[in-house]
Amino acid sequence: MDRMDLSCLESAPRSRAAELCPADLMSQSVSGSSFPLPQVQDMDAFQRDAMAYIKPNHGTTTLGFIFEHGVIVAVDSRASSGTYISSQTVKKVIEINPFLLGTMAGGAADCQFWQRNLGMRCRLYELNNNRRISVRAASKLLANTMFSYKGMGLSMGTMIAGYDPTGPALWYVDSDGQRTSGKVFSVGSGSLYAYGVLDNGYKWDMAVEDAIELGQRSIYHATFRDAVSGGTVSVYHVTKDGWTKVRGVDVGQLHYKYYPECDLHPCHGKPPI
Amino acid sequence: MTIIVPSGTGNVYAGSGTIQHPSWSPYDENGGTCVAVSGNDYCVVASSNRLSTGFSILTRDESKIIKMSHKCVIATANCQADRKTLQKTLQTRHIMYMHNHGKPMSVAAMAQLVSNTLYYKRFFPYYTYNLVCGLDEEGKGAVYTYDPVGSYERTGYSCEGTGKDLIQPVLDNQLKASSPLVLPAENWMTALPMDDAVDLVKDAFVSAGERDIYTGDVVELLIITKDGVRTEHLDLKKD
Repeated sequence: MDRMDLSCLESAPRSRAAELCPADLMSQSVSGSSFPLPQVQDMDAFQRDAMAYIKPNHGTTTLGFIFEHGVIVAVDSRASSGTYISSQTVKKVIEINPFLLGTMAGGAADCQFWQRNLGMRCRLYELNNNRRISVRAASKLLANTMFSYKGMGLSMGTMIAGYDPTGPALWYVDSDGQRTSGKVFSVGSGSLYAYGVLDNGYKWDMAVEDAIELGQRSIYHATFRDAVSGGTVSVYHVTKDGWTKVRGVDVGQLHYKYYPECDLHPCHGKPPI
Repeated sequence: MTIIVPSGTGNVYAGSGTIQHPSWSPYDENGGTCVAVSGNDYCVVASSNRLSTGFSILTRDESKIIKMSHKCVIATANCQADRKTLQKTLQTRHIMYMHNHGKPMSVAAMAQLVSNTLYYKRFFPYYTYNLVCGLDEEGKGAVYTYDPVGSYERTGYSCEGTGKDLIQPVLDNQLKASSPLVLPAENWMTALPMDDAVDLVKDAFVSAGERDIYTGDVVELLIITKDGVRTEHLDLKKD
């Protein structure tokens, strides 16, 4: 049987490259020791102060649930740093590969970087083993990374959603190293509001269109009550054929869709007396 | 002899063998504003050349934009020390890339390199606000905007630095189109003719200079087209 020469993927060439380049310029590779740390005694205090200074972007309401016809993932798109809205168009669903999705809540850079890293490792797994990685294994790769940085101040609450030979799967992974599988999750500051709508409407045997609508409505209500959620609602549907993006609607339009008459809205109605 | 400062006393981050003043911080806020507006076949990047600390002006002639290639520049606001280090590292990496590949980096590649370089300092961040700007593979204008630890996003226009609160809403008002996330996809960029974009950027800086103490002196504008990078200067008030 013909085999491809995959030696370029093994570690030897990297050390050859290391000889060519000065050490500090090769340190872009992501091994634990390559992140330079400040020369401080009180790392916690430094991290706290640095983050108060720097105010990195934060992500907010995300949800995912498994039902009869696959997995639904829905997210908002607002990023804020402090009270400033730094973007209304953040892509909080990270497309790791055609069968795997990750969601983003917490530090935007932490989520973006580590899920990009996860995407690379899932691709390497595919090349080495000639089959796609399971959702279970992918989520564990991420959880193990998170665990190894425990206590370093990373902030990430993510769901890994996908479809593999065992069926639809949904895992929650966070920066504490926690990893749990489940049918319904919502993560982020708006998650309480999203759970309220989601738990109320969820049924295992709901139709695909109803499930998509439920995801969209849950995120919409979270953006309505949570100041740091907003922008655009995006909904993804994952089936055995991979994921598709099924909705992308501006929250401003949804408000008039759900409440065409102002007086119907609980927040705008006239007082009863 | 090593003297060790007890931990947990305010923000004293003494390394081994050193004593630091209780109010010492590794960061300085040097201000500055960067604006970028892109169109169908151009990208306008501008930044003010004033460098300040607190209420003092250190210099009126400090360029904050580094030209990486004939279709990619990086504009960086805030902490000057971190900016110098960051831009030097990126330039070295870019030169190595050109030796290895025989061509300059695309803007998309540079954008991800900047993200990784910023994230690599996740636990001791560069206190900088960056814009990577240029022309993409199709020749369209591209602006990538960052947070200090490397989360990034491609946009049509952006403003970073101390004048952000003043300028970004004006750009939104003039240029905002549909979100790139909506389905079915809509046009997400308001493409102005190039001269209008240059005028908009200049007007934005003149206004910001009136209300932001860290924006003033001279604005350096880099206009990137398929013919290369052209530089213009706009004088602001020196007060």
